[in-house]
Amino acid sequence: MQIIESGNVAAALGVKLSRAQVIAAYPITPQTPLTEKLSELIEAQDMQAQYIPVESEHSALAVCIAASSAGARAFTATSANGLLYMHEQIHWAAGARLPIVMCVVNRGVGAPWTVWNDHQDSISQRDTGWIQLYANDHQQIIDYTIKAFLLAEEMMIPVMVCYDGYLLSHTYMPFDVPEQSRVDDFLPPYKPAYALDPGSPANLNTVTLPDVRADINGKMAHGYMEIRHLLQEDMRGSMDMLVRVETRFKNIFGRGVGPFIESYQCDDARYIAVALGSLSYHLRDVVDTLRSEGIKAGVMSVQIYRPFPAAAIAEALKKCAGIIVFEKALSYGYQGPLCSDIKSAIFHNAGNTGSHPFVLNYILGLGGREIVTKDLYDAFKASCIDKPEKVDDLRWIGLKI
Amino acid sequence: MQSKTNILSLPEEELVYPGNRACAGCALGIAYRIGLKALGKNTIIVVPPSCLTVLQGLFPIAATKLPSLNVTFASTAAAATGLLGALKALGKKNINVVGWAGDGGTSDIGLQSLSGACERGDNFLYICYDNEGYMNTGVQRSGTTPLGALTANTPIKGKLQQKKDVSTIMAAHGIEYVATCSAAYPLDLFDKIRKALTYNGVKYLHIHTPCPPGWGFEPRYAVKVGKLAVETGLFELYEVDRGHMRLTGASNKLLEKRKLLPATDYFRAQSRFKTLSDAQIEEIQQDIDTRWKGYFESLNNT
Repeated sequence: MQIIESGNVAAALGVKLSRAQVIAAYPITPQTPLTEKLSELIEAQDMQAQYIPVESEHSALAVCIAASSAGARAFTATSANGLLYMHEQIHWAAGARLPIVMCVVNRGVGAPWTVWNDHQDSISQRDTGWIQLYANDHQQIIDYTIKAFLLAEEMMIPVMVCYDGYLLSHTYMPFDVPEQSRVDDFLPPYKPAYALDPGSPANLNTVTLPDVRADINGKMAHGYMEIRHLLQEDMRGSMDMLVRVETRFKNIFGRGVGPFIESYQCDDARYIAVALGSLSYHLRDVVDTLRSEGIKAGVMSVQIYRPFPAAAIAEALKKCAGIIVFEKALSYGYQGPLCSDIKSAIFHNAGNTGSHPFVLNYILGLGGREIVTKDLYDAFKASCIDKPEKVDDLRWIGLKI
Repeated sequence: MQSKTNILSLPEEELVYPGNRACAGCALGIAYRIGLKALGKNTIIVVPPSCLTVLQGLFPIAATKLPSLNVTFASTAAAATGLLGALKALGKKNINVVGWAGDGGTSDIGLQSLSGACERGDNFLYICYDNEGYMNTGVQRSGTTPLGALTANTPIKGKLQQKKDVSTIMAAHGIEYVATCSAAYPLDLFDKIRKALTYNGVKYLHIHTPCPPGWGFEPRYAVKVGKLAVETGLFELYEVDRGHMRLTGASNKLLEKRKLLPATDYFRAQSRFKTLSDAQIEEIQQDIDTRWKGYFESLNNT
């Protein structure tokens, strides 16, 4: 069914269709309409789930961690400082291998306070062991929310579905709401290999030694490092699983994403812009303008940021002369984190050929600074030259200093 | 009133293995062993970092025969809430959910999530074993460390502040059942756990738990020191049953006998109070006497 609704409602409907069983949330702008919608659906008995209005984000994820450990499908959502307040629990959920799904409605991080959009919040959680998906529009928000549960439960790795605060969360767009019966075909009930149960007691997340250790029957069990190695292996393996999840989704619903990247006018592009989220769609307008001027420009969005699809990205970028990374986040003291990752991804191509495209990095839109299409166009066009100078310098768009 | 449990009527089945990693003479070992007997097998337990984490053992060997979820320091109560949510969503009934945390995990870092759960009325039992400091990390002061106690980070003057009264804070939430216990009176603890399980919402038990290395006494004196805390009137055993407070067990007997041991007997049995002067002990004695005068008077009025 096609409806016109906000991005937050798209996410809420995805959670409903996924039959999440335990939902815990704490209010933070711009996430609130999402969790308000879920509480409304549950109070109106349009959705069967336990809604727990916790006293903090740290507790929100604690509720999800425990509920997931006991075998329930758990969901939470947050933004910015709420996400950072969860930080310890974010690591914990991944380390405990719990398939929790969390929507991150992207917002800049204080201090100073800002409620507006950038990507610093979720990007700063890059190394926690969660899968991160970035939605570019409302359809992707609802679809990713449903796909995230399957991906998480197949891999026993938690998933963040990230989408831009206000730009997507509070804007209204038409999108298709899948039928419940088809979502049920796509996403079977959550059945973990082990759930806390007095009938078969186990002690979860016990203190684990640096080295491997024998159990009471003499069988060797993992040490801490083996457990971490397996998380890394399964994170890498989750890219194959994402391909299967996307294929399954496409077979049932007739639409889908990348799965790793979405390319627009990239096949013959000499200059390719790279971005996360709705910014990549904004850049499509700029690409159209540049193409109309005879410049072979294209834009690529990265749909899954962790695990990082380095091979797919390197392949997509191998023929172009220049890569321009537009970012709403910063690794202070260096450059945009996505830019570093893109450079790393193209490195093995460079190793084979001895040459590589130039990579420019633009920082923009921090704390909701308006991204003006003309500014994007000027920056992109100025980058479409064969040998740009000062490629290592970070470039800022819209800065008034 | 329910019949009191005695040593012969305790359930025989042990739910924690002997030879676990608790220190010699650890009173938590007593409270945990008897407490689990009261809870029974149909229980899921939530444990934050604490001495209990050590007692529980090192992966892949566990001392507890119940399903146990180790959680982050601040999140015991919220995790218990999450378990309840899952059990409800999955239609699993009549499973006891119990948070079992230390005093640091309760009075300091865990107080916010515990308060939130009380306000929401989530139906679980929360047990705080109070060994009056961060013993697991090497005896640092906590909110419940008493005035004058030497710890690793109050090493010369002793703690300069009063003990935080968590049980009163919990009772102020208006929850149905709050009780204090001592590891030195395990049968009273058993009865209070059984009673607590019959109430709705969060139930709170606070167990005074002597710690030989942290408090500075020989391991064989854990029960003796625990009893001295009660018999001097310093730590009262009581329950707040739907808002009605009454002394219980050994403290109630003191009320009948109207005679407390001198507080100095308790303080001089532990090296952590060695810098506490006689004058300071006398001040504490006066506080105890004033408090108990109130108990005696309320007894006269009933």
